[in-house]
Amino acid sequence: MKKCHITFQLNGSLREILVDPNQTLVRMLREDLGLTGTKNGCGEGDCGSCTVLLDDEPINSCLVLAAQVDGHKVTTIEGLADGDKLHPLQTSFIENGAIQCGFCTPGMILSAKALLEQQPNPSELDIRTAISGNLCRCTGYQKIVESIKAAANNCQGES
Amino acid sequence: MPKKQFDVLNTRAPRVDAAIKATGQAQYADDLNRTGQLYGAILQSPLAHAKIISIDTSRAERLPGVKAVITAKDVGLTPYGVSPARYDETLFASERVRYIGDEIAAVAATDLATARQALELIKVEYEELPVVLTMDDAVADNAPQLHDDYPGNISAEVHQEFGDVAAAFKECDFIHTHSLTNKRQDGGFIEPHACVAEYDHDGRLTLYTSTQVAHYVQRTVAMVTGIPIGRVRIVRPCVGGGFGPKCEATPLEMSASFLAIKTGCPVKLTYSREQVFLHSRARHQFFHEMTTGFKKDGTIMALDHTCRLDGGAYSSFGIATVYYAGSLLGAPYRLPNMKYDGTRIYTNKPACGAQRGHGGVAARACFEQQLDIIAEELKIDPIKLRMMNMMETGDTTCNALDMSSLGMKECVEAVKKSSKWQKKKGKLPDGKGIGMACGFFVSGAGYPIYRSDTFHSTAEIKVAEDGGTVILRSGIAEIGQGADTMVAMITAETLGIPLSDVRVDSGDTDYSVDLGAYSSRQTLMSGHATKDAAENVKAQILEVVADKLNMDVKNLDFKNGFVKVKGRKKLDFAKFRDYYRKEHRGWPNLPEGDELSFTEAARMAYLEKGTIVGTGKYKPPILGGKFKGAAVGTSPAYGGSAQVVEVTVDRATGKITVDDMTDAHDCGLAINKTMVEGQMQGSLSMGLGEALFEEVKFDEKGALMTPSLGEYRIATALDMPNIDTLIIESGEPNGPFGAKEVGEGAIMPTIPAILNAVYDATGVRITELPLTPERVLLALKEAGKNA
Repeated sequence: MKKCHITFQLNGSLREILVDPNQTLVRMLREDLGLTGTKNGCGEGDCGSCTVLLDDEPINSCLVLAAQVDGHKVTTIEGLADGDKLHPLQTSFIENGAIQCGFCTPGMILSAKALLEQQPNPSELDIRTAISGNLCRCTGYQKIVESIKAAANNCQGES
Repeated sequence: MPKKQFDVLNTRAPRVDAAIKATGQAQYADDLNRTGQLYGAILQSPLAHAKIISIDTSRAERLPGVKAVITAKDVGLTPYGVSPARYDETLFASERVRYIGDEIAAVAATDLATARQALELIKVEYEELPVVLTMDDAVADNAPQLHDDYPGNISAEVHQEFGDVAAAFKECDFIHTHSLTNKRQDGGFIEPHACVAEYDHDGRLTLYTSTQVAHYVQRTVAMVTGIPIGRVRIVRPCVGGGFGPKCEATPLEMSASFLAIKTGCPVKLTYSREQVFLHSRARHQFFHEMTTGFKKDGTIMALDHTCRLDGGAYSSFGIATVYYAGSLLGAPYRLPNMKYDGTRIYTNKPACGAQRGHGGVAARACFEQQLDIIAEELKIDPIKLRMMNMMETGDTTCNALDMSSLGMKECVEAVKKSSKWQKKKGKLPDGKGIGMACGFFVSGAGYPIYRSDTFHSTAEIKVAEDGGTVILRSGIAEIGQGADTMVAMITAETLGIPLSDVRVDSGDTDYSVDLGAYSSRQTLMSGHATKDAAENVKAQILEVVADKLNMDVKNLDFKNGFVKVKGRKKLDFAKFRDYYRKEHRGWPNLPEGDELSFTEAARMAYLEKGTIVGTGKYKPPILGGKFKGAAVGTSPAYGGSAQVVEVTVDRATGKITVDDMTDAHDCGLAINKTMVEGQMQGSLSMGLGEALFEEVKFDEKGALMTPSLGEYRIATALDMPNIDTLIIESGEPNGPFGAKEVGEGAIMPTIPAILNAVYDATGVRITELPLTPERVLLALKEAGKNA
């Protein structure tokens, strides 16, 4: 199988890599690049735990081929913190008890980040809709929703 | 119980593992990669019931990249299972497969694609056998038999009677019979099982695996591989949820172990989402029938209960499940006479096992719906009926369960008030309804799964040589519920140090024995062992301090990281301060101020005694009755909960929306309030899913029809309302600092509260779950109550 040569922005750095044409983005991130913060919960687009941002839009990275990100920008959970300074959503998830098993957390935070960038002051329904593709079996979503609200308020306060 | 003042407990401290989980640093089993690692795949039966005539692996073995192919011929036929009394599985089928998904062979190859390709090259010749998929078919005369040792396809039977039900019925004014059936459910955890096994030339097997029960996995893997238990090390990385189905050793773990032994290379195996459904071990389908007798004043007199459980092809946890389905109705209401006949039946489907609220969820749904029926018959408010019959602290059930603490009445009062029940019950507009129910669960199984006097938890705490960090090493299972944080908080509180000075290393069988995360046991049991270890460490350090400073040890204690002295005497520790500072010249954050720090005290103890290590242990006292099966349901303590749910039922479509949920749970003492709320809210979302849409389905050949989280639907953020979450703290005398369970009891009332609310909205009782629009619409039509 002839490999594809792709170049893309990954968490702010330019990356070049050879990938199999049938390689999914989630497998490239996890297996070829060692970025295991992106989780693989189903491999078929149902659970949302592999959510990453592709050009700032949340996508299921199990449903995107690695070759498709050529020339684009990908953000994973590893790209959110600035050194040891966590992103406000990460801080909010920690402080408000939004994390239990943590397997959905990276995808959940990235979906929330995409939402807050488009809608800095979302309604509860906006938040619930934005994360409706990210399944969580532990929390009942309540503390996740509260965390996203709190992060939105904090960001508003800062700007 | 008067409330104690705590420094660490009963707060909302962030979880100790939250930051690594928020940043993607947390490593789960499938995130681990070892040098020279191979990838494994498992061949599973495509037929639900068949004889195996022959297995030919030669073509697979010749495929370039394949390093090992194993079948029953290679690994033997050691029977295993959950309960030693019901070992009815072998790793690979040798003569017969019993469900679609039964394991036949495993392959290790240099990459996953090659391993999967090799599976296709294994030739298995089958002779198809007739398939039994329903319990009726399984118990029919001349039904095909699944297991030679279990005639009639009866996996397990329970017959119990407490008191005299027949005599009690004669004294009753009303006798009512009600039935309910749920559907087979899946755990729905988001992380599929994964593991990596390594075997070295020193004969040591290390298995990194996504499990709730490293201890039981260690025993089973040692037994099946024949490797001494001291050379089998199970390491549990972060686990992406368990909820019961990760409570037993899996074919994944044993295949990886054998492949690692055979190849000498690390081997990784991960279930696909479909394989998670095929492995199952989740909630059974139950068929309950309950006849309840009561007096016209509302006193419940007796319950005659029968239950049949569709177990699937193997026992798994089923022997415990069939007992729990009966025993957990012994409380929280006073029920002097109870008869239970339970039967678990084998069918050609994946085996069912334990899931949150083990065995008791469908039974509770049936019984609590029946209480509402009785209340209506007697024209008593359903809450009043429950309160009239409610047990209190100090009561003992007819099946010998001791309510050493029971805040049930407080729970009921709390949800009644907070939900504004009295303003709403019977007063909501058509199509809207309100319902309530209660629940009850153990705080840890009183007995281990295998018969033994083993400690249920041991723990080891050591202090870093500089005295600055306390390291807890424990076999506990952090699976998302917060066990690591719970033991860290108990360690900090017991030692009198800040939480930030405690580090938890957990989930490694090399650290300690802990039976794991099931039966809501860890807060009470592992919490006790942790407290015991911390007390031991504290005593060792204080003894040295007392000796060095010439004090009576009884007058010394730690609080917030400093030595506290009772009475007026002031400590003269200047020379020790000076010495510590000299020993750590150039270090940041050296102790200062006019109090002797824990750090300095612990260093003093180290210099005197070497590394300070304290151990702790816990096992429950002898508990419960002496009758057969008394071990299941018996616990050192019991949690309780009450819920009120409001729903909207669309009479035109049958769609149910849950608008509001109010939940109160008696957890004894909330070690961490945020985490207790998290358990409650998560339990309710699982209960809501099971009530409204969760159902694992099979076709007529026994093939799974819902192999994905698209077809098997769990609650999303749009299905869940915000829950009014109320913590009740009754103070449990048998729990560490008064704490007891919350992880499973909280799911108990959800389904019946929804069912009772749907009745309130529509006047129609539905006795089959889930409440899909189709089922609700049909029920409404049948009653002539659709739009």
